[in-house]
Amino acid sequence: MAPKHTLVALVENRPGVLNRVASLFRRRGFNIESIAVGRCETPHLSRMTIVVDGANTMVEQVRKQLEKVIDVVRVSDITDEEIVARELALIKVKSSSNTRSEIIQIVDIFRANIIDVAADSLTVEVTGDEDKINSLASLLRGFGIKELSRTGRIAMPRGGASPLPIEETGSRATKNRSA
Amino acid sequence: MKLTGGQIVCESLLKEGVDVIFGILGGAILPLYDTLPQYPQLRHILVRHEQCAAHSADGYARATGKVGVCFATSGPGATNLVTGIANAQLDSVPVVAITGQVARPFIGKDAFQEVDITGITLPVTKHNYLVPDAASVARTIKEAFYLARTGRPGPVLVDIPRDVFIEEAEFHYPAKISLAGYKPVLDGHPAQIKKAAKVINEAKRPLILAGRGVIISRAYEELKELAEKGQVPVVTTLLGIGSFPESHVLSYGMIGMHGMAYANMAVNNADAIIAIGMRFDDRATAKVAGFAPHASIVHIDIDPAEIGKNVSVDVPIVGDVRVVLKELNRSIDTADHVDWLQQLDDWRKDHPSTIVKDSDGLIPQYVIRKIYEVTGGQSTVVTGVGQHQMWAAQHYWYDRPNSFISSGGLGTMGFGLPASIGVKIGCPDETVWCIDGDGSFQMTLHELATVVQEKVGVKIAIIDNGFLGMPRQWQELLYSRRYVASRLVGPDFVKLADAYGIPALRVKQKEEVVPAIEQAMAESGPFIIDFQVEPEENVYPMVPPGASLTELIEEPKPRSKAFSHSAKSLVSNV
Repeated sequence: MAPKHTLVALVENRPGVLNRVASLFRRRGFNIESIAVGRCETPHLSRMTIVVDGANTMVEQVRKQLEKVIDVVRVSDITDEEIVARELALIKVKSSSNTRSEIIQIVDIFRANIIDVAADSLTVEVTGDEDKINSLASLLRGFGIKELSRTGRIAMPRGGASPLPIEETGSRATKNRSA
Repeated sequence: MKLTGGQIVCESLLKEGVDVIFGILGGAILPLYDTLPQYPQLRHILVRHEQCAAHSADGYARATGKVGVCFATSGPGATNLVTGIANAQLDSVPVVAITGQVARPFIGKDAFQEVDITGITLPVTKHNYLVPDAASVARTIKEAFYLARTGRPGPVLVDIPRDVFIEEAEFHYPAKISLAGYKPVLDGHPAQIKKAAKVINEAKRPLILAGRGVIISRAYEELKELAEKGQVPVVTTLLGIGSFPESHVLSYGMIGMHGMAYANMAVNNADAIIAIGMRFDDRATAKVAGFAPHASIVHIDIDPAEIGKNVSVDVPIVGDVRVVLKELNRSIDTADHVDWLQQLDDWRKDHPSTIVKDSDGLIPQYVIRKIYEVTGGQSTVVTGVGQHQMWAAQHYWYDRPNSFISSGGLGTMGFGLPASIGVKIGCPDETVWCIDGDGSFQMTLHELATVVQEKVGVKIAIIDNGFLGMPRQWQELLYSRRYVASRLVGPDFVKLADAYGIPALRVKQKEEVVPAIEQAMAESGPFIIDFQVEPEENVYPMVPPGASLTELIEEPKPRSKAFSHSAKSLVSNV
């Protein structure tokens, strides 16, 4: 299986940007595993975290094509960097008076939160890497999952360095030359 | 002072130095057209199909180096532009297309003549815009022109809703542009340039491979200096024709699927290739695995995404070709490469791919060569797409910069006539020959009406073989001669020309060729010659699909019997 890549893009917060980015992946037959977009530290810009499967050279080619999209300010493939990556999931699990306390115990072990309680269900909020969410989901599956929603990964490199310094105008060129 | 959105469009076009617009009007763009009489400096050329508005703007842009502009209305007007826009995108031609859109309250409601043209053209434009209000028009047009002509040029589409043309806003043309995500690199990295110079200076068999990027950045002199100083032979891509004089002693023609055999052999044997402003298109490289197996490759291109896309390179330099070459030339040692050049000359002698063979009948190669001779090579040649395009590339020698204009990347049949209209309008003093095939010509021949209405003095040579010749050639060579759907019944082109009021001649014999071309040249206005040539002439050399550059088929001599079993086969050199 092709390795998973995590790309982080800083994009203009404009209509159609998501379409422009997604279309480059679609054209080359990449399946986007997850894409998470939201406002970031700079006004008018959004940060996207995109997780895709693909051969290194193919992903590098798409990364360069993404750089060409006018509304994309910077793109980095941070797959091989030291990163912190998190995902949030909401899991609505069936519960009854018999199972409720057992579910709560499991949720506690995962340091997840119960954010809604109903007569026949509990809604769990969990944050972590994909593995953690997968394991919690698989444990809860035994009780019956009514609904599961995941945000997809958001990620940034550890430490002080940002892969996308928007002030430093030379970085893009240097990166390209070394490509 | 407040202006309407339509007036702001026109004011902005004037600020960008626009003098010609190619287009067709329609409901959504009518308010813009209604303002045109206030701007007599803007000449509007009414075409007959929006595809040709884009092609004419494309031809105009290639010939003049300015941004070509086209207008179309919403819906079908906009979708008709798409082929022309894609053509400009693939050949990196600066075009700004302005489309009318349905009024804002109707957008997204499948209104009459509504399409999502920004969505449709997203993958075939450099960038596009849907303008939200009249106050945004000036900034958007400023950005569109800036994007179209800078960096790697390309088409930009600006979609403007009908009511935005009518809405009023203050007109301020912005002095500056702020695009955080767009900063083309012009200067090559000094360390990379040093490395490139080292590769070139140490090479025993260096070869320059020049593409359209040389023409776009007008690096003719810089390229010549590099070639002459280092005595480096030059081959070109199809669109690189016109980047280096073809009668220059260091010129070795075009490479690729229908390139000269000796040019392809040069690529195959070079120990260093300096690829300049080209993108290793598959028609140029043939099988990538067999491309330039012995060479270190230096690749100079303004688009970082082209580096390593098709062929892995040893020394990439991202930057403007002209700027980079100026810098590179300083570090190039004078050299002679006598043995290598001798080798190339020997190959050229043994494999003379550009000789027009003897024939009794009228062959297309002969026609092209005579156009070259009669014009003295002093014309701009614009072609359609197909066999005639390859013959025009092979049998006319392009010594003047940018004198060959053709659809390379998209390979758009029908490009010839509308593009030649754009070229002639952009360069009215230039002799413009549109060399077209009968198939390619029939895709856009309605533009003859534009030729007449706008008095465009373009000379049209139809290489008329009664076939869609290139697919027919493939059917002959690769599909056991099964001519499925490739035979064309054309009109009587001379009568057709007469219907449009354009003087025309039909030529069937060799001895009629030169007088006909001379008569065309003597006319001040447009002229059409229908050259009825051998129907089953093939383009050679040919690298079959999937083969590498040197596994090429040269002219079979004599043609095998198997090739002439058909009664229709008028083979001339058996």
